[in-house]
Amino acid sequence: MLNPAPNGVTPLALRIDPSAEVYRCPASNRGRSTMSARVLVGVKRVIDYAVKIRVKPDHTGVVTDGVKHSMNPFCEIAVEEAVRLKEKKFVKEIVAVSCGPQQVQETIRTALAMGADRGIHVEVSGKDYETLGPLQVSKIMAALAKKEEADLIILGKQAIDDDCNQTGQMTAALLDWPQGTFASELTLEGGKLKVVREIDGGLETIMINMPAVVTADLRLNTPRYATLPNIMKAKKKKIANVKPADLGVDVSSRLEVLNVEEPAQRLAGVKVETVEDLVGKLKEAGRI
Amino acid sequence: MAALFKARRALGMAVGHGVRCLTQLAELPELHQMMRQTCRDYAQKELAPIAAQLDKDHMFPAKQVQELGAMGVMAVEVPESLGGAGMDYLAYCLAVEELSRGCASTGVIVSVNNSLYLGPILKFGTEEQKKQWITPFTTGEKVGCFALSEPGNGSDAGAASTLARKEGDEWILNGTKAWITNCWDASATVVFATTDKSLKHKGISAFLVPMPHPGLSLGKKEDKLGIRASSTANIILEDCRVPLGNMLGERGMGFKIAMQTLDSGRLGIAAQAIGIAQAALDCAADYAHKRTAFGAPIGKLQAIQFKLADMALATESARLLTWKAAMLRDAKKPFTKEAAMAKLAASEAATFVSHQAIQVLGGMGYVTDMPAERHYRDARITEIYEGTSEIQRLVIANSILKEYQQ
Repeated sequence: MLNPAPNGVTPLALRIDPSAEVYRCPASNRGRSTMSARVLVGVKRVIDYAVKIRVKPDHTGVVTDGVKHSMNPFCEIAVEEAVRLKEKKFVKEIVAVSCGPQQVQETIRTALAMGADRGIHVEVSGKDYETLGPLQVSKIMAALAKKEEADLIILGKQAIDDDCNQTGQMTAALLDWPQGTFASELTLEGGKLKVVREIDGGLETIMINMPAVVTADLRLNTPRYATLPNIMKAKKKKIANVKPADLGVDVSSRLEVLNVEEPAQRLAGVKVETVEDLVGKLKEAGRI
Repeated sequence: MAALFKARRALGMAVGHGVRCLTQLAELPELHQMMRQTCRDYAQKELAPIAAQLDKDHMFPAKQVQELGAMGVMAVEVPESLGGAGMDYLAYCLAVEELSRGCASTGVIVSVNNSLYLGPILKFGTEEQKKQWITPFTTGEKVGCFALSEPGNGSDAGAASTLARKEGDEWILNGTKAWITNCWDASATVVFATTDKSLKHKGISAFLVPMPHPGLSLGKKEDKLGIRASSTANIILEDCRVPLGNMLGERGMGFKIAMQTLDSGRLGIAAQAIGIAQAALDCAADYAHKRTAFGAPIGKLQAIQFKLADMALATESARLLTWKAAMLRDAKKPFTKEAAMAKLAASEAATFVSHQAIQVLGGMGYVTDMPAERHYRDARITEIYEGTSEIQRLVIANSILKEYQQ
């Protein structure tokens, strides 16, 4: 049971009757059994988590040339979940999708090595790639979901470079599909998806119809290491090339990045002798 | 234009058919990059955090070996039909290097299983032998070992005093083998014994012996300076009986099998040595950024910079020699000289780099809080096993002299 906000006004999202267990979506279940379900998994190529980020001297972005890139960790979790669903025979085909220049094919191939069946590379390069954001990607995902007749889309909850946490939600809205975001557990029960979501107050369990969008949170699973035989097999799997225009999507951005700068250097603190001193200082600074 | 197209197509076909060319030294093919990355991730996350403890406890990393088996790393070159990963030798060398960067003991366990145990059976075994002795050893559940050295001869491999005599439909083996890596954890071994003493080294044959087995016992585990998570001991054979079908290759072929196996095994050890060198370099370079002295990080001092440069140079040179030797082997070209050069360069690089790493770390390099001392201890054996540096020099010299034969 979700607690209402302190000022007594319950946000719109919480006004849905909590006793209603199934959030029905107008788009009907396609009538296809889950055994032949097709899953679309989005994978994003981002700067590797271990790399020290440096801001470009002209403050228009961060340095990406020659910097190590890898698959977004939450996308890895998404791929792993799709592969587990396939191993449990809930899903028949996994399609890995990535948007970007030629290099994103490496990321797609990593997904193929983890167990995806085929890939789709949506070619976006140059200025369009620099300004590519959740709104355009979600339009692309929605168009692909319709084209590929997907039953389930699994995405990472957010990317570690922009931390937007929007693509999953926007994609669901564009398709008018239910969404299970921040999933830490995903199971199929009687043709519906049971999603345990990590929320501020704890864990929330919802039942949603398919087709649906799920975004993966950290504790959903631990991604497997690509095995050598699977890396070999990945070589033979197909990656199709598609342009956003072919999907009827305009990737021009409505946002303009004005400035990018490093976070302020952490200043030295002040040491105090007693707890009373500490409380006094905090009161002085207006913090309590 | 047509000629250019033809040339490009030929190059593409050559690369596609697995014949390596020099551009491969500049950037590895995507397949190899992916498998290198997966081994690096595994080593960083699963091996590096436990390496110090494994070394302290002399503990065989059974769980990790099983996980590596599941990844296909315990049988890289073995074809998929027999349960292996079906990749080439360059991929194997990359795997051993990355794993050794995390834990040198795990690196040698993987190397011995791949090159010294599975290698000769793959090359010289019958179909029946391959099914029986290879497939169960690809999954990480079982590992094998290689018994050539004896207390009385290491480099002098032709003087094998372990004897094998035929009695009815069995071979009976008697003798002692020394310095056998993996033996306390192995489920089978390739043993070399003399079948015809009068033929000297042409009278040695190879046998496949399961472990444990009546007549085969193990000596006490050696208390080694380094690679302590891998077990090393004597194998004692006292009227050890094996069926006739357990002979590997033809009678008298043993020395040839041993030498050819060691040629390839050499590259596995070279890869291990490079992994150790790289780990030591990582440790030293990281410390050079963090440690301040005389008002600045020590990386700003030329004395430290020159050391780091020499360390990186030694490591990279050895790495390229190893890759070239592996590529020659994959292309089925002669690679004995290059393999010996690679092993020599890599092992000397490992000892040099780990020695200098301790120097860069100063006092911190001498204590177990930092991994530098473990790299120093692990590196030392690479100049000795699978062909001492002296033997490597003889092999290289022989090769050179043959090339210049009058």
